[in-house]
Amino acid sequence: MANIALEINDISKSFFGVYVITDISFKLEKGNILGLIGENGAGKSTLVNIVGGIHQVDKGNMKLFGKLYAPKTPRDALEKHISFVHQELNLFPNLSIADNIFIEKYPGGSVIKHSEMKKRTSEMLKWVDLDISPSTLIEKLSPGQRQLVEIVKCMRINPDIIIFDEPTTSLASKETERLFKLIKKLKSEGKTIIYISHILTDIKKITDDLVVLMDGKITDSGKTDDFSINRMIKSMLGRDIMGRKYPDKINKSDEEVVLKVENLSEPGIIRNINFELHKGEILGLFGLMGSGRTELTRVLFGIDPYKEGNIYIHGKKENKLSPEKSIKNKIGFVTENRNEEGLLLEGNVAENISLVSLPNYSSKILKFINTNKQKESINEIIERLKIKIGSTEKQLVRSLSGGNQQKIVIAKWLMNKPSIFFIDEPTRGIDVGVKYELYCILNKLADSGASILVVSSEIEELVGICDRILIMSKGEISSEFKNREFDNEMILTAAFKQKSML
Amino acid sequence: MHKRKYLMIFLENIPIFLCLAIFLIFSILTPKFLSIGNLLDILTAVAYVGILAVGMTFVIITGGIDLSVGSVVYLSSLIPALLIRDSALSVPIALIICLLVGAAIGAINAFFIVKMKMIPFLVTLCTMVGSRGLAIFLCNSQVVKFPREITNLSIGKIMGIPLPIIFLAVVVAIAFFIQEKTPIGRQIYAIGNNIEVARKAGINTERVAAFAYIICGIFAALGGIMSVFQMGGVINASAGEGAEFQAIAAVVLGGASLSGGIGSVFPGTLLGAIIIKLLNVGLIYLGTDMYFQNIISALIILLAVFIDSLKTSYIYKLGRKNIRIEEQK
Repeated sequence: MANIALEINDISKSFFGVYVITDISFKLEKGNILGLIGENGAGKSTLVNIVGGIHQVDKGNMKLFGKLYAPKTPRDALEKHISFVHQELNLFPNLSIADNIFIEKYPGGSVIKHSEMKKRTSEMLKWVDLDISPSTLIEKLSPGQRQLVEIVKCMRINPDIIIFDEPTTSLASKETERLFKLIKKLKSEGKTIIYISHILTDIKKITDDLVVLMDGKITDSGKTDDFSINRMIKSMLGRDIMGRKYPDKINKSDEEVVLKVENLSEPGIIRNINFELHKGEILGLFGLMGSGRTELTRVLFGIDPYKEGNIYIHGKKENKLSPEKSIKNKIGFVTENRNEEGLLLEGNVAENISLVSLPNYSSKILKFINTNKQKESINEIIERLKIKIGSTEKQLVRSLSGGNQQKIVIAKWLMNKPSIFFIDEPTRGIDVGVKYELYCILNKLADSGASILVVSSEIEELVGICDRILIMSKGEISSEFKNREFDNEMILTAAFKQKSML
Repeated sequence: MHKRKYLMIFLENIPIFLCLAIFLIFSILTPKFLSIGNLLDILTAVAYVGILAVGMTFVIITGGIDLSVGSVVYLSSLIPALLIRDSALSVPIALIICLLVGAAIGAINAFFIVKMKMIPFLVTLCTMVGSRGLAIFLCNSQVVKFPREITNLSIGKIMGIPLPIIFLAVVVAIAFFIQEKTPIGRQIYAIGNNIEVARKAGINTERVAAFAYIICGIFAALGGIMSVFQMGGVINASAGEGAEFQAIAAVVLGGASLSGGIGSVFPGTLLGAIIIKLLNVGLIYLGTDMYFQNIISALIILLAVFIDSLKTSYIYKLGRKNIRIEEQK
């Protein structure tokens, strides 16, 4: 029998009553590289966070080299020689490279031995071919250099198992090549590796084994050599349930242009963006993390500035954008992160829903709020969106499910009767059933003449609901697919290829 | 490109520039300001605020705040003074009790902030009011005095340098050592930058934050009793009043960020404390009205905080550009 490094037995984990992963089991052979793939929200990060001690399981157990392994904190995982290279970089930009590497355990106990720390850091940096001083502050480093520091940092504890969660999202292609060389080097030293990525060509290139997750369950697994890219995509998307997840399209895109963007640029963020949004259209905007998709919508809504370019709203050139002006222009913006940017979590349902449209319900001169009229509208919209709540006045938004929270954010904007609607990741962290309802809402909204820009990292979702899809990559719009031309495999392949070719 | 570089150099060294500017202005306006004797006087006066501010630096780097230091000054001097008066306690033990009182209030702050997850501003506001209240209760709001033979110990000089300056130097050295040479000192910077990331890195974040509040309490007690001795050992109900404002101001003037992760005792906070005292003394030399002095001090501090917020947003903007696409040449 082969040497098993990590064994995962029937693991399940739920957040607030919703299962994120259910009954996951697999074995990880020592010295192998395991690829973990799946769509956003499939449960990959949750799974590795459990291995890394950040989350604890509800059910099931893990065995590390045959011994029961139940980490309670990230520290426990470190002590068992499990290292984690996180998706978002987990470095302290205000501290030096050496500090970042040794922050948890400095050489020398209660008084830091600086010379030893510097020497060890230099050696480790040499190991990844990084020729900079150990006392350089992280904030002075490029994203690629930071990624290397992150890897060096995880080597400090001499790990047996190293988890890479989307390590290449912030890397240029040359840096990615360098990372792969390092990972191969680690493998040759007998380290076991779990590698999560969206970029299937990379997965194909670097991993030995593969586990495919969908909606928290394993849909496929085996030797990577037996997988074609097509088989990976099919297992990730679950071909058979396509079609039923999305309502039939009822909206018709008009000739009339409601939003026109010309040569829009902001250095370092977006570059030379051109597109038109038509009346009654649902336009998709797809991009991987860090492609600039969210940043573009923030610029268009007037939250962030832009340096060059023109924006026309309903044919009128707008010079200075601000959220206030956008709301007056009847633009709605459902942000990516509803807890931080979309909701007053400690407020009640009525407060949240009426936030944007409050001025519309106040009298002309004295600005008193007509509460009856307002209440009527709130109740009407709650009914229309089928928001399930106890009381509009007493129920706090914090206590609602993700789906109902998202509906409240949408309701908030609908109260202002938007003609243009930006919606960033409409279904993040929402169950399948509610997703369908949300798609229906967007459909009806477009049918009634509103124009919708949907930003998403779930390609399937965009294929399911959009008339056109723009693909964003590295701050630019790189291609466009018209309705009926697209097929999710085609777009996915295009987007992935694009990224890996760069 | 050059412009940006100079701007960065300026932004990173505001305390030094500010200190020099104020010093120059007063030296030009009042020639007497430059004498050695006067500079020593200023430094002696710096000691009290400086020691408090050094402790405050630890707390502010964690991203917290401690409003209770002024009340700690009062309570931690009062208790040993009462014990000496009523039960003839020996001096060394009295001094140890003084520091213990400071540590205890720091520990109370830490308990509510770290364990009960309460907001530092509110917790320390409560201990600020509470410990001053306790002190007034203990002495029936009467003036208490240390015996003169004890307070005389503190007005001596070593090689012509007044003792308070030596105390200040020792405290700054200890704090500097902790921040630069010990794991916990470095970890304070880590949790101040991002406590979630710190937790993921395996740092015992609770222990580190608690350490910062306790050391702040101890230094407040130390600075407090030193200033009481300087004033001839008299402790009245206004002891330590407003000290929290001066201490926080010194830390911020020294370049620390109130959002945490950035700051240093040396040269930062020390310079901050010097700036405050230069202002105080300089304005007195100019014969400015007492109340006017407060207004000017407040304006200068406001200016420093404003520059800090400019700096933060500027650095944020730089960082934002760093994580995205590379510009084509």
